[in-house]
Amino acid sequence: MRRLFDEELADLDNSFTEMGMLVAQTIQKSVQSFVDHDREGAKAILENDHKINEREAAIEKKTFEMIALYQPVTTDLREIVTILKAVSVLERMGDQARNIANSTIRVKGTKHIASVEKELGEIGEQVAAMVSRVMDYYVKYDALGAESIAEENQSWSNRAAKVRSDSVKGMKDDAELVDSAADYLVIAGYLKRIGDYTIDIAEWIVYKRTGKIIELNPGYNYFI
Amino acid sequence: MANTIDLKPVSEFISEDAPARYVYDMSPEKHEIALSTHDLQVYYGDNLALSEGDLAFERYKITSLIGASGSGKSTFLRSLNRMNDGVATVKGNITYRGVDINTKAIDVYEMRRHIGMVFQRPNPFAKSIYNNITFALTQRGVTDKQELDEIVETSLRQAALWDEVKDELNKSALALSGGQAQRLVIARALALKPDILLLDEPSSALDPISSAQVEDTLLELKNQYTIIIVTHNMQQAARISDYTAFFHMGKVIEYDLTRKIFTRPKVALTNDYISGNFG
Repeated sequence: MRRLFDEELADLDNSFTEMGMLVAQTIQKSVQSFVDHDREGAKAILENDHKINEREAAIEKKTFEMIALYQPVTTDLREIVTILKAVSVLERMGDQARNIANSTIRVKGTKHIASVEKELGEIGEQVAAMVSRVMDYYVKYDALGAESIAEENQSWSNRAAKVRSDSVKGMKDDAELVDSAADYLVIAGYLKRIGDYTIDIAEWIVYKRTGKIIELNPGYNYFI
Repeated sequence: MANTIDLKPVSEFISEDAPARYVYDMSPEKHEIALSTHDLQVYYGDNLALSEGDLAFERYKITSLIGASGSGKSTFLRSLNRMNDGVATVKGNITYRGVDINTKAIDVYEMRRHIGMVFQRPNPFAKSIYNNITFALTQRGVTDKQELDEIVETSLRQAALWDEVKDELNKSALALSGGQAQRLVIARALALKPDILLLDEPSSALDPISSAQVEDTLLELKNQYTIIIVTHNMQQAARISDYTAFFHMGKVIEYDLTRKIFTRPKVALTNDYISGNFG
């Protein structure tokens, strides 16, 4: 029993970590395709999104079984709950990567604002790196690391504001930029969501480590 | 982890008429069957205590039999190695290695070497630990000291008791704790090198720690033995068994993979029993 549960929990933990890595990778690729105007790359992300969804479903099913069969308590319960909650967050992050890919496919061929795309690319890389790091903190059981990620998430709000002002200015100056600039705004929003989801996962890492349910995202009010 | 997303319309998952009975299809093509029953009926006098007992047990798996008191699960278990002989009338077939063992022609004692039984209360003999294990063997004419020593050690190791008793094998078995005594009884059953181990609530008389040790032992033994266990402890069934059969009023209501029984049983009665919403 005890041993069997531990084995299954270790398997579940691995599946969750693997899924996290896959999501981080997908976000990274979606940002890269956007920066490179790589329509094929973006299509590949759309085609592979189901893999993330399938992993989520498999992990959820396994957690239900483990709760029903072993009735876990204390740290075991926290670990299972953390995975069950965080796996939905990972899946939604995957959806945001898909949204970015959709925008990439749309933006292709219209007029661009190079400086905004560069900015978005850099923000995207930072967000993708945050996702990888939060998974790292998950693996290392590092609640303090998880907490530190929340600060980083707020650190790029100025850059996001610049994306907004530059996009709006571009639209005012040249109506042909409206198509691409509208997508810049939503992409900034997608990245913001991914950043917030990263903080959600960080909160679950803190819960797993300490048993405390905390709020690391004070809801800074920037544009999207 | 296998892919699990089903893209069929929801209406296909909603079943208006839940079945009254469900028995897992233990097809011999996909499963190695260690023991099976066909049309098993047990009468205490004129009183039919168990009917419809058609079950097949997969080799090297643990199968739990659960159900309320009087549901027929122990009656079923005891029929499997003819412990009901002289107590009840058992009709139907019990197939082991292609032979119906529920016939007069069968040498019951020989058969029980292959299908051993461990009872609810630890019942060590009033002998030393060593002699508890060797008793049946010496009765059968095994006298070689080295051979007996080896069997004692192997059996005790398999039952996860060796480390605790290896230095006091001549101590009386009656001095063992409940958990140790139960593991000794399991070791005693294993000494005869059975194929199948039947256990009738083996840990219901034990404290949680001893009970956990017995469960651990069973999980170890699964690699070499087919185990069928009656338990009142549903969590125990959930923790250790691969298959679970739910008995109710002398009938098998549902028999399926344990993980299915405990997450989405097909029969409403099973659902009620498992979730404690019974009667």
